[in-house]
Order: sequence, then C-alpha cells, then structure tokens
Amino acid sequence: MKKSKLKLSTIKQVLKYVKRYTPLLILSILFATATVALTLYIPIVIGQAIDLLANGAGTVDRSAVWNLLLRVGIIAVIIGLLQWIMSNINNKITYNIVRDVRNEAFDKLQGLPLKYIDSNSYGGIVSRIVSDVDQFADGLLMGFTQLFTGVITVLGTIIFLILINFKIALVVVLLTPLSLFVANFIAKKTYSMFHEQSKTRAEQTAIIDEMVGNLKVVKAFSHEDEAIEEFDEVNGRLQKCSVKAIFFSSLVNPTTRFVNALVYAATALVGAFTVIGSGGLALSVGALSSVLSYATQYAKPFNEISGVVSELQNALACADRIFELINEKSEEPDASDAICLTDVNGNISLQDVFFSYTDEQRLIESLSLDVSHGQRIAIVGPTGCGKTTLINLLMRFYDVKGGSISVDGTDIRDITRASLRESYGMVLQETWIRHASIKDNIAIGNPNASDEEIIQAARLSHAHSFIKRLPNGYDTIVSEDSSLLSQGQKQLLCIARIMLCLPPMLILDEATSSIDTRTEIKIQEAFALMMKNRTSFIVAHRLSTIREADIILVMKSGKIIEQGSHDELLAKKGFYYELYHSQFEGYGEN
Amino acid sequence: MKGYIKESIISPFFKLLEASFELFVPLVVASIIDIGIANKDKDFVVQRCLILVALAVIGLCCTLLAQYYAAKAAVGFSTKVKHSLFSHIQSLSYTEIDTLGTSTMITRMTSDMNQVQSGVNLTLRLFMRSPFIVFGAMIMAFTIDVSSALVFAVAIPVLGLVVFGIMCATIPLHKRVQAKLDRVLGITRENLTGARVIRAFANEENERQEFRNATSELNFAQKFVGKISVIMNPATYAIVNIAISILIWQGAIRVDMGDLTQGQVIALYNYMSQILVELIKLANLIVTITKAVACGNRVQAVFEIEPSITDNSTIPEPVKTDISVEFRHAYLRYAGASETSLDDIDFSVKRGEVVGIIGGTGSGKTSLINLISRFYDACDGEVLVDGVNVKSYPTELLRSKIGVVPQRAVLFSGSIRENMKWGNEGATDEEIIEAITTAQALDVLESKPQGLDFVIEQGGKNLSGGQRQRFTIARALLKRPEILILDDSASALDYATDARLRASIAGLDYKPTVFIVSQRTASIANADKIVVLDDGAIVGIGAHEELLDSCLVYREIYNSQFKGEGEI
Repeated sequence: MKKSKLKLSTIKQVLKYVKRYTPLLILSILFATATVALTLYIPIVIGQAIDLLANGAGTVDRSAVWNLLLRVGIIAVIIGLLQWIMSNINNKITYNIVRDVRNEAFDKLQGLPLKYIDSNSYGGIVSRIVSDVDQFADGLLMGFTQLFTGVITVLGTIIFLILINFKIALVVVLLTPLSLFVANFIAKKTYSMFHEQSKTRAEQTAIIDEMVGNLKVVKAFSHEDEAIEEFDEVNGRLQKCSVKAIFFSSLVNPTTRFVNALVYAATALVGAFTVIGSGGLALSVGALSSVLSYATQYAKPFNEISGVVSELQNALACADRIFELINEKSEEPDASDAICLTDVNGNISLQDVFFSYTDEQRLIESLSLDVSHGQRIAIVGPTGCGKTTLINLLMRFYDVKGGSISVDGTDIRDITRASLRESYGMVLQETWIRHASIKDNIAIGNPNASDEEIIQAARLSHAHSFIKRLPNGYDTIVSEDSSLLSQGQKQLLCIARIMLCLPPMLILDEATSSIDTRTEIKIQEAFALMMKNRTSFIVAHRLSTIREADIILVMKSGKIIEQGSHDELLAKKGFYYELYHSQFEGYGEN
Repeated sequence: MKGYIKESIISPFFKLLEASFELFVPLVVASIIDIGIANKDKDFVVQRCLILVALAVIGLCCTLLAQYYAAKAAVGFSTKVKHSLFSHIQSLSYTEIDTLGTSTMITRMTSDMNQVQSGVNLTLRLFMRSPFIVFGAMIMAFTIDVSSALVFAVAIPVLGLVVFGIMCATIPLHKRVQAKLDRVLGITRENLTGARVIRAFANEENERQEFRNATSELNFAQKFVGKISVIMNPATYAIVNIAISILIWQGAIRVDMGDLTQGQVIALYNYMSQILVELIKLANLIVTITKAVACGNRVQAVFEIEPSITDNSTIPEPVKTDISVEFRHAYLRYAGASETSLDDIDFSVKRGEVVGIIGGTGSGKTSLINLISRFYDACDGEVLVDGVNVKSYPTELLRSKIGVVPQRAVLFSGSIRENMKWGNEGATDEEIIEAITTAQALDVLESKPQGLDFVIEQGGKNLSGGQRQRFTIARALLKRPEILILDDSASALDYATDARLRASIAGLDYKPTVFIVSQRTASIANADKIVVLDDGAIVGIGAHEELLDSCLVYREIYNSQFKGEGEI
C-alpha cells in the first residue's frame, strides 16, 4: 500500500475550499442521516407486516397490513427524494470545488516565475491541474459521504439489532469484521503484482511512444516487423502479469461475500433457535426477517469503509500535489509604487550584471553594457554562451542576481512587469501558436485591432500570401501541432504579431531561423524599417543580419568577450574573426 | 474476442452458477421458517443452515473460477487487440499518420485500451450476473406463487426502463463533458508552452478569463449530466420498495385465503431485495462500461482507417535502363488540402548522379523526395525507380533500395550498434564503423568510452543535434542503398563538416544516386543537377553555373547567401 503521510497543513487547506460550501455540506449531512435512519426503519415495518401473517389462513388483519405497507411505500418515496436531493448537493459541492481549485491553480500559473515553468515538466503540471484535481474532489467528497453514511449505517444497524435481540446483534457485530481482515490480506498480497504490472506497462508505453511517435522513420527503414516483434515480447509479458494482478485483486469481492454468507447463515441459525426457544416472544418471525435483511445491509457499508480510507488517502495525496503548485512562491509582485513605462526611449543600461540559474554554476558575470536609443545590438556566440539568458534578464523573466538593468534610467525592478514586457516586441526561435484562428493569433498583442490592421501586419511579415490560401483564410483555426502550418509559416505568424503592435523595443532571437533565405531577405527589409528608431537586440547566425548591427556583442560562456562594430571586430583578429573565418573554410573545399 | 471464446463462456457460466445458488438462499430461509420454526424442529434448522453454508462454499468456488477466466479472457483479448492495433498502425502510410496524428494513436493504444480491458473484465464478471439474478429472482417467484409473482413481471420492466432510459440519456452528455475537459487541458498546456509569449504580451488576464470560461462550462456540463444520472439510485430504490409493499399486500391476501405461508412471503420479499442490490451494482457498473464502450469506439476508429497505400506483392520485371529515378508529370495533393503541393514534376536522374534540390520554405522539397520512397502516392502522373513505377513494387523491396535521412534526426533508445542495425540487420562492427566514418561521426563514437555499446536515450536526448544527424546518415549508409536521400540532413553541421561529408559520400565505392535537399546553395553547388522548386513547381533545372544565368529564383537564393553574407 502506498504510504502517504497525512499532513495537517494539507487537510487545513482542503477545509478552506470546503468551507465556502458549509451550508450545503450541513444540508447534505442532515439528508444523509435522515436517509439512513429511514432506510433502516423500512425492514422493521415490513417485519411487523410479516408478523401479521404468522397464523395463516383467515387470521390476517388486512387493514393493519395495509396501513403498515402504505407507510413503507410513502417512506420509500421520501427516501428516494431525499437521496436525489442529497446527490445533487454532493455533485454541486464536488464540481464547484473542482472548478475553484482549478481556477486558483491556473491563476497561480500566470504568476509563477518562469524558473518554475522551465524546470518542471509540462506534463506534470498539466496532470496536476487536470487529473489530480478530479481525483482529489471525487475521492474527497465521495469518500467523505460514503464514510459518513457508512458509519451511521453501521451504528444505526447495531442499535436496531440490539433493540431487536442482543444475542443476534453480537453474532453479526463479531463476525462481520472477518471480511475486513480477508480483504486486507488480499490487498497486501496483490500489491507486488500490481507493481510488476505497472512497471511492464510503462515499458510498453515507452515502446509505443517511440515506434508510433516516429512511425515515419520506422516505415522508411521497413522496420515494421521488428517493431511489432519487440512490442509483442513486452505485450506477452504484460499479459502474464496482468492476468495475475487482476485475478488476485478480484478475489476481494467473492471472499468478502463468502464471509457475509457465513454471517447470514449464522444469523439464521441463532435467530431460528431464538424464535423456537422463546416461542416467538424474544424474537418474532417478522423480526427475524428484519434481522436477516440487516445482516446483508450491514456488511456492505462495513466493507466499503475500508475502501474509503484508502480512497481518502489517495485524495489527500492528490491534494498535496495540487497544493504544492498553488503554494509555490509567486513572482515578487510589482511594488505598489512601480512605474508604468510609457513613451519609451529605449536607452538601456546593464551595470555589472551577475546571473546564474543554479547556485553552483555562474552563467553571466559582471556584464556591463550601454545601449542608446535606436541602436541595433547583435548577439553572437556559440550555443550555450548565454544569449537567451540575456534576453530572459532584459524581459525580466528572471531577475538578476547582482547588478542592475535599467530602461531610460529606471531600474527595471521599479517598473511594472506588464509595461516593461509590453515595451518589447519579442520573436523567439521557438514559435508558439495558440489554438485559435489565425486572426486571433496575430491579434494577441492588440485584441482590438481591426481586420485591416491585422491583414496589414500579415502583409508586412509576408504571411498574407499563405494565410490567403488556408481553407478559411484568416479565420482558419490553427494550433501548435497543426499540420496546416510549416515551421517557417509559424515563425511568420509570430512576426506578424509584432508587426501589429509595434512596441518601442525589439528582441529577435533567431526570429527567422526556419524561414528560407529568400523570404528572409524580404522580412529583413520589413524588420529594418521597424528597427529604425527602435532599440533592438538580435540573436542571429546570418552574417547579413549581424553586419548591419551598431554593436556586436560576442559572447562566450556568459561573458561578453568582444564588443564593437563588424569592421572593428574583424580588425581585432579575435574570436569574432575566427568565427567569421571558419565560415569561409567551409566554402573553400567546394 | 476470438481465441478466448472458451474463457468468455466459462466465466459467465460459473458466474451464473454462483447466482443460481444464491437464488436458492431465500427458499432455504423460507423452509427454516415454515418447517423448522413452525415445528420447533432444531435439527431441521441446523441442517438447513448447513445447506446455507454449503451454498456459500459452492458459490465461492464458482466465482473464483469465473474471476480467473474473466481476467484471462479480458487480458488475453486486450493483448490481442493491442497487437493487432500496433500492427495496424505500423501498416498505415504517411497520409494517415498526418491526418490522425501520432499523439492520438499513442493515447488510443495506451489509456483507451486499458479502459477497454477493464470494461471487458467487468462485463464478463458482473454484467451477465445482474440481469440473470433479476430474471432468476422473477422465475423463482413464479415457482412460489404465480399471482404474487406478477408484481415482479410489472416491476422489472419499469426498472429496466428507468435504468436504460437514464443510461441512454447520459451517454452523449458524458461525451460533452469529456470534450469540455479536453479544452481545459488544452488551455493549460498552451499556457505552459507559451508562458514567455503570453507574458511578453502581458496577456495573463485574458488567459485567466478564458480558463475561467472553460472551467465554468465544464462545471455546468458536469452538473447537468449529474442531475440526470443521480436519478437512477433513488428511483430504483423507491420502485423496488413500492413493489415490496404491493407484494406483501398480495401475499397477505393469499395467506389469509390459505394459499401461501408466511415463509413463502418472506422468500418473495427476499427475492425483491436481491433485485435491488443487483440493480445498484448494475448502475455503478454502467458508468465504467459506457466509458469502455466510448474508448472502444475510439480504438475501433483507428482500425477502420485503411492504409491508403496498398502493397503490391509481385516483384516487377526488371527493366534495362540507366535511369535511376524518373518523375513523369507527377502531382501531389495532401489529404484535406485544397491545392496541390507539387505541380507537374518532370525530370529524370541517371544512376550515380548527385541531385541537389533547393527552394524556399514550403516549396515542396520534402514532398518531392517523399514520392520516391512512395511515402505518398502521386495523385496524377507517375514516379519510376529503375524504370518501374513505384506502385508496382512491394514497398519493402522499394524501400530497401533507398536510404533516407529524414529532416528530423530520430534515433531510438538502445545502443549505437542497435540503432545502426536498423539499416542492415546483419551488419558487422567493421561495416558499422565504416559507415560512421563516412558520415563524419567517428569522432563522436571515439569520444564515448563504451563505443558502439553507448546507450542512446529515448529521442536521442544524450546526443547533440549535429551528432544525431550524423548517426542517422550512417544508419542510412549501412543499407548500401542504390539511392541515398539526404533531406536537409546537414543543417546542424558546420560548413566544414558538411563539405567533408559530401566528399566522402561522393567517394562511396557503390556509387549511389544521391539526392541532397538543402537550403544552402553551398551544399548543392557541386551537384550534377540542381532542381529549383518554388511553390511546388520546378522553376529551374541544371548545373550551378547554368542556373545562375538562367534561373531568377536560384540567383536570388545564391545572392542571399554568398556575397559575403553567409552564416556564423
């Protein structure tokens, strides 16, 4: 069994969500109590009716029987109604809590530092917000209501049994827990089998992931038969351990049912003896039939309670995972006197900046740079030299660990994040297309843009011609994994977004890497127009882009090792010269 | 279910046996009351209670057998289905892979199949049992007293109507809930992948709003379906108890008239109670089964997709020709696309020639080479390899002639050696190292102390992009293919390595026909023939110098890269 520590803090936080629905919850508990009491009352009434039949032909008091049975019918209808209302209340509580928790988790997501998002797997976060929340709410509320009704049913039954006959009550109360032991015993035995099963299943999923995910390569090498063979081997092993695990776990129900049947037989025996021994005084035949129906009713909640405990544990474990996310530290909120950037000039200054993602590994050390209005800065260097990190710092996705960055003389930590980020137009190498129409995708930075403005932006980024050819033009719904768009076309869309809102500063991180050179030249022209009077940072590989920059920053392992214009740097014959030179070596062998 | 017919019959059969033994219980109890208690016969009571225990033991044995065979049948069934599903997916061609998407296929093979398995298991175990008990109880009631049993005959159809009516009403609603949940999941995922962009545009508030809308729509749908499905338990409870009242009323009259005994009335009452218990079980089961059916339908949908490229099993007559690959007015239209992606492609390549293919993003370079391996079928015109239409080859034979290095460098988890053997099952270590050397990856291999036994992680995560590319080239070379296709496979390599790679491929002793797809003019300038594509059509064909003179598009591409404007 999975050991999950029940943390008090988790329970407290759970209660916080439940608290909002306290009146509903109380109502639900009241209804549950009433339902249980009435449900237990019915067998007694029926027993009384049956007692009226004891003496056989000609002795039955029909009107008394009729009255009792009428009572049963009315109570049954009332119970039905109560149950229905109660279930609706429970559903309402459950689904509303699911919604509340999800909304809060999502809000949290928007405020989390990027560090969290970068360092956690997306799948993990998504499953917290989607499946963990579901399991938590289901388990908690179903668990709670079952536990509650279970406990009062058990208690109620015991009380009613004692009222009817103490001896029989003792038999039932003592024997029924046997089924619990049996169930527990089986659960313990099957745990290792389930473990084996999930391990093998994970193995199979990995194969499926690989061979189906890369099906095109498999086909190119006619490797289908080998793939199937490999799959079948695991599939066969999975079959063996699944049969075992499923069979042994399915023993729980029959064995507990068996124990219950034994209890039933014992009750019948003791009951019948009591009736015979007392001549129907201590226990009437009708009461015996009530007792027998209790014996079956009693076992069910009793068996359920043990299941409920593990369900509750599981729910709390899920809650724990969600709360971990919700309690994660948010980005430091903007200071109350934070400045909202307007009319940005674009003078940026980095003073002695230090930064590292982890404490052990310093990435950027004592970096200083002054950029004035309208300058174009190209950042050049091998992979992993800190180009993207610099952008993370400029946009304040991460905060510097030392030194400061300022825009127009104001430290960016004194500026509202939203206004700082909106002042930059950012196009990254990795595109992001949301599940929405092309139009909405372009208008993300300016939702109020008119259709004409959107089309104009698309024209400027040379996206208009391919958009026109899509099935529904600008209204075509696209998404990141949509096969409608090529990587280059996605990049053009991202550029169109920037073209639409024209922010005062630009960050282009390999913005045209997937676009063919001919289109790129045209986009560069549009960029050039845009970059006029706008401070821009450009990460690029292509010389044409780099050469036109006012300042070229040559970065290597987090430091700016060279800085200057193209000609200056070539004259220096340093690292930049080497990089530049290596390109022509490549051509030389042609 | 084929192959598990025996298990699928045995399991419900034993289940039914168990149920029938359970149906005897009320009769035994009735006799205890009518004979044992009435006659104060303690021995009789003991004897009957022992019968109850015996019934329980027999019941237990029957269920154990039933559970075993149910597990065996369900798992066996899903194992078989998974096998055929996997094989079926492997038989699909690129067009179907594009339309369906690999991630969908993966979920259908994994989580959907698990749901189906547990659905089958539960159906075998329980689904048969409940209706049997319900009808069995009715039949037993008839054997006791026909006129009282008529109550059963009325109550059961009413109950059935309630159960099935609610089931039918909720199935489509459950689907809607699932769709809304998918939307919530989609937005969450999108917000993680797009965190930077959303924040850059300070769009957090909009996203919040959208998510709130999605969750409240989901909430509404859930409550709505909840309202209907929670009718089931209370309604069946009320109906059964009303039926019990009527039953006992009937019984009372019959007892009064001397036609029935008290014990028999109790037995009738017990039968009605059994029906209630079974119906509650059935109601809980239905949710699982409907889910399993929905998942089963999704799996079925994959089976129904026919591979659009069918295999030709006869080996075509070889044709004497020195033309390796020929396109004859070939057109290509992708499924669902309104326009063609390739227009009137018409050219031929001699054996051993090197062909460069160049063009802008989306100009159709990859589409063109995909026609050679018959990953897609030309919608008009034809493609010939060695003078024979590619459609006339068995695909395995065709693809054995061709070594493809795809754009995305994919390696599989396993050692380098295992990965290389994809190209040639029987390759020796010497051959593998030779291919790796040709692919300029020897330095990578030598940097790994484990050599060929170096284990590549799933997706090749423990290698850099350039290293992966070179290994995928080596893998294709191990085939010693007649035709080698490099689809922009040197994009992550620096110019110098790229040039060395091309030189070593040119020096291969078996002289394959080589197709090089590239965006770099430098990579193809030396080719015997360069095909320039623009928007799916050939706009120029010839050698480098000719094209510089005659082809505007080629000149533009060239100028954008040369004139000192290359890459760093």
